Amino acid sequence: MSSVATTPAAGEVVGMRPRKRRIIKTLDLIGLLATIVTVLGAIFWAFPLYWAVITTLKVENDIVQPGIELWPRRFSLDAYTHVLFNTKIGTWYINSLVTAVSVTVLVVMMSALAGYAISQLKFPGRRILWWIILASFMIPIPALIVNHFVLISQFKLFNTWLGVILPQLVYGPVTVIIYKQFFDSVPKELREAAKIDNANEFQMFFKLYLPMNWGITTALAIITFIGAWNQFLWPFLAVTDEKMMNVTVGITQVTDAFGVKYARDLGSAILAGLPVAIVYLIFQRKVTEAIMLSAGIKG
Amino acid sequence: MSAAETAADVPLKAQKKRFNRNEVLAALIFVLPFVVVYAVLFIYPTVQMIWLSFHKAPLIGPGEFIGIDNYVKLFKDRLFGVAFWNTVYFVVLTVVPATLTALAIAIGVNRLKGWMQSLILACFFIPYILPVSVVYRVWGWMFDSQFGILQPVIALIAGDNVPVFRTLPLFMPTVAFITVWWTIGFNILLFIAGLRNISPEIYEAAALDGTSKWRQFTRITWPLIWPVTVLVLTIQLIAQFKIFDQVYLFGNGGRSDATMGLVQLIYRSAFQKNNGGYGATVAVVLFLVIVVFSVLQFQMLRARGEK
Repeated sequence: MSSVATTPAAGEVVGMRPRKRRIIKTLDLIGLLATIVTVLGAIFWAFPLYWAVITTLKVENDIVQPGIELWPRRFSLDAYTHVLFNTKIGTWYINSLVTAVSVTVLVVMMSALAGYAISQLKFPGRRILWWIILASFMIPIPALIVNHFVLISQFKLFNTWLGVILPQLVYGPVTVIIYKQFFDSVPKELREAAKIDNANEFQMFFKLYLPMNWGITTALAIITFIGAWNQFLWPFLAVTDEKMMNVTVGITQVTDAFGVKYARDLGSAILAGLPVAIVYLIFQRKVTEAIMLSAGIKG
Repeated sequence: MSAAETAADVPLKAQKKRFNRNEVLAALIFVLPFVVVYAVLFIYPTVQMIWLSFHKAPLIGPGEFIGIDNYVKLFKDRLFGVAFWNTVYFVVLTVVPATLTALAIAIGVNRLKGWMQSLILACFFIPYILPVSVVYRVWGWMFDSQFGILQPVIALIAGDNVPVFRTLPLFMPTVAFITVWWTIGFNILLFIAGLRNISPEIYEAAALDGTSKWRQFTRITWPLIWPVTVLVLTIQLIAQFKIFDQVYLFGNGGRSDATMGLVQLIYRSAFQKNNGGYGATVAVVLFLVIVVFSVLQFQMLRARGEK
């Protein structure tokens, strides 16, 4: 393939000025074309979400009319008021919020502490612990559902917040690895200076290392929160009681007794995704930074 | 084990004198929460899973040791074959298209500047942060067999509206397409990071030589982006082998065996048929498949780290 591409370029070197100029001109055309394709692609990508949101703002009768209405003829918030007041979505929101925030706080806290110890302290078993953490990449968490279920049943945590939260703490190892990398790069001189001031390890962690890496803590917290909010499989297994469901599970498992209502179904989905969408829009940079870090790319 | 110990022995002995009691005590307190959680929720269930796979046992409660009977049964089980090949089929349908499309989009987005770039990137990225339930409802509506906006197009080709998720040959490709739509933002991000790491001077030099864009791509961009491509491929591979959520939801709550994947078979065996031992056996197989790919990924991450 590359040999074909070589031929015209080789002719070029011999020196055919006008032809070269023409090539550059066509290149700009290609560039313009690429931009147009990219923009069209972006519209294609965003359209399903736009279409869903627009549909929720229509009157139910207008939705089932033939023809495509890209903008509502009559605006209505009925779908949202119905979902908010006539379903358990309020309770589901609270369940999601409590479990996702708990997972976030616990994962970030324990990972930061462990990452600090592994990065800065000398203790027996440190190397082994580090290797075990690295190796945990290999364990597919969905394969553990059976035994996580056995475990929470033994502790009678079925249909409880704690039962939803605990197995999600297994997402910690990646966070530990990222923390270790960041604590490793804190200059040693600061540590020496703090030692001279008689700071103990707890002061060192809470007053020096944690504040210095505040940026990464927020990034990791945000991405952990989004991940926990979006969890489906585990909350779906750990809860069967409608009152204890997370919003992502509730909206798919509990259906209206009055048949399909497009605007309402979509409205409940939009409401379920809204918190993470807002978090993303506010913290775009942090989200992308954290995602790249968890993939092993230092941004 | 002993080989690893002797290898680590040398630095450990040198360190031993420098272990400070207070430091060790502090370290133990620091790592304790993590180690406890890890041992109880990670190592214990993993060991338990392997143990359970050699037993005929209900989901909850004691069972009887049956050796490798579960594994023998597994390889004769028609449903396991279906689940395994469905998973492989899904992986094939998603991994390579998602990687190549992401690279193309990343190159397109990377050419743009300023707010335009942020806006376009956000369009491609936003599906990735949404929960599966949103994706399920949004695409369920797009493909709705009565009022879906895509049905006029489908009717043009097929002659009539088609209930896509109830038509077996269309099910997996459609769910794969939706998955690519949903998760591609992640791949795009990694590719953009990779593209930005390529020094602009290389392109400037190439432009001075009058190299064509296509040659720039084949000779500069593609070789330099190759490590990221491999990374994206393996991450995808591992992620898609664990497929459950979308297939389960679009498959109408997993009522049809024909669309079943491996995780769904674990769920079916252990939770719906109350056969914990067999569920664990399927889980062990999934585990082994993923370990193989993870070892590959791990080796590559390490190779990248050492550079």
